[in-house]
Amino acid sequence: MLQEKKSKRGAWIALGCVAALLILVVVLENTMQPTSMLFTVLKKGAVYALVAASLNLLNGFTGLFSLGQAGFMLLGAYTYAILTIPSADRESVYYLYGGSAVNFSLPELFGGGTLGLILGVLAALILAGCVAAVIAWLIGLPVLRLKSDYLAIATLGFAEIIRAIFQWDALGPVTNGANALKSFPTFSSFNIENADGEVVLRLSTFVPFLLVAVCIGIMVLLINSTYGRAFKAIREDEVAAEAMGINLAKHKRMAFCISSFFAGVGGGLFAMFANQAQAKTFTTSMTYEILLIVVIGGIGSISGSCIASFLYVAASEWWLRFLDTETYIGAFKVPFLRTGFRMVVFSIIIMIVVLFFRRGLMGDRELSDVARSLRARLSGKSKKKGAAK
Amino acid sequence: MQYGISILLSGISLGGQYALIAIGYTMVYGILRLINFAHGDVFMAAGLIMVYLSASLPIGVALPLMILLTVLLGFAIERAAYKPLRSAPRMSVMISAIGVSYLLQNLATYITGGLPQMYPSLPGLSSQITIAGTSTKMVTVITPFLVVALVVVLTQLINHTKIGMAMRAASRDFETAQLMGIKINNIISFTFVIGSFLAAVGSALYFTNYPSIVPLSGSLPGLRAFVAAVFGGIGSIPGAVVGAFLIGLSETVIKSSNWSVFSDAFTFALLIIILVVKPTGLFGEKSTDKV
Repeated sequence: MLQEKKSKRGAWIALGCVAALLILVVVLENTMQPTSMLFTVLKKGAVYALVAASLNLLNGFTGLFSLGQAGFMLLGAYTYAILTIPSADRESVYYLYGGSAVNFSLPELFGGGTLGLILGVLAALILAGCVAAVIAWLIGLPVLRLKSDYLAIATLGFAEIIRAIFQWDALGPVTNGANALKSFPTFSSFNIENADGEVVLRLSTFVPFLLVAVCIGIMVLLINSTYGRAFKAIREDEVAAEAMGINLAKHKRMAFCISSFFAGVGGGLFAMFANQAQAKTFTTSMTYEILLIVVIGGIGSISGSCIASFLYVAASEWWLRFLDTETYIGAFKVPFLRTGFRMVVFSIIIMIVVLFFRRGLMGDRELSDVARSLRARLSGKSKKKGAAK
Repeated sequence: MQYGISILLSGISLGGQYALIAIGYTMVYGILRLINFAHGDVFMAAGLIMVYLSASLPIGVALPLMILLTVLLGFAIERAAYKPLRSAPRMSVMISAIGVSYLLQNLATYITGGLPQMYPSLPGLSSQITIAGTSTKMVTVITPFLVVALVVVLTQLINHTKIGMAMRAASRDFETAQLMGIKINNIISFTFVIGSFLAAVGSALYFTNYPSIVPLSGSLPGLRAFVAAVFGGIGSIPGAVVGAFLIGLSETVIKSSNWSVFSDAFTFALLIIILVVKPTGLFGEKSTDKV
């Protein structure tokens, strides 16, 4: 009973924090220069947070080492793009193939306008997740029987196969071959404009934050449910988990599909962030990037993944930029600084984390655990003081 | 007919080059149970080292020096990135390998400025010859013989020398080997030295066929060679060689057909089929899971 009350209070606090964060984002966006690097980082960070959390669900919570996340993102990005390109623009996007084979657009099916846009984008994102989840189910049939590194290499292989299929010329009328899909609704489509086309209220950072917060919230609920506990049991010891009556195949398949669903949604969001979807962006190195985010944040910590993805994106896109430009202090030229040095420094930092801080930022703790232990320490101190008196 | 012969020749030669990389993967996996994701990038680094050395030194000096530097690189990677994680879970070591691969690629981008580097033409390898009416490079003919010779030497080393015996013991059981007085760290370093040596030789052969090197040119050959190693049964050297020749041949055949987009997809499909049907590969040993 007490336990239940406590967790309910925790949930309200968490919800409050997320709401405060969302309000902060809206306020920041409408008071600061919209071209500031901060917003690019926030948008990309939010998208990466979702994908990193989905990978963490698989690697950190279920103990299935998968390297196929970029492939599922690709599926999501293409599904989203194909379903939402306005009919009027299809001719120009698919000019190499003389028009698209898919001749409807979800926002228009929902009646166009603001409501149509919101419903259409939401439906397209959910479908993006579903496509990724269905393909994941199919891939899972043979692949999930494999263990640790074999599973990793097989999922990596599937991601490469998916990429090759999407670049295939014969599918051109649907996927636009190796060319980019563009002109679909992006985050900036959600900025509210007045009659003169002036932006009244900017929501282009708020929208990804809201969507990502909802998705991650669902994942956290899942992890705290009986299914989540079953996943953790499988991670700790497969044989013992099976002996406790957990259906291994079923739970593994479930974790794989759910993780891919959210990776698919993340892929759709990534397409919205990048304003285009192209198969060649979703390479193995993208999966590696996301895996490194998970490692930096702590394998088995959702809040760690979120914090790490913002730090990672900010460091690589913004804070370390100065390393790429040649700098002079007086007549003295600072050595080493030129294009590419940023990534070298960055990968060295990552290696240091991987080698010496293997538990990452958060280990397997969540923010709420940290807050609780802090509070316990504080109250413990005051009690001790009271005893001394 | 002539077209067929030329495809066959280049397929065999490509397979031989993959075989040299695949042996590095298979030996490291045999001992450490680690997919050394950085191996393909060591292969790329060997190519770049050759580019820079040959700019100032004669080929006769540059080639051995390149092999030496690559071996040192492989040795250093093992000591710096894998040795501290010896008792860590396998996933951590694999992530460390991915980190090293990322670092090597970024370092290469920084040093080359992201521009493709011209690979020097090696005398004796790049010269044209004509076989059965098709003209090809000398390297195509030399590769298979060189690979077979190196593999024979390597199997002799593993089966008939003391250090080879220690390697076999270490791959059977890490801890027992240590109890038998085998210095496990030296054995692992030696494995990396051999792997990097073969990758260096392979890179000299491989890049002769290509005009230039970019920082990413190691990752795909690396993955294909890894598939070859799994195909042949990971941990088995003859298996890796047979697998590599098969992968090399099928890649050239597919690349020359209308399905060239799918050449990599086919390689990975092959990997998945073999993993599902016969996870131990063609010549791999069966391992049992202990609770």
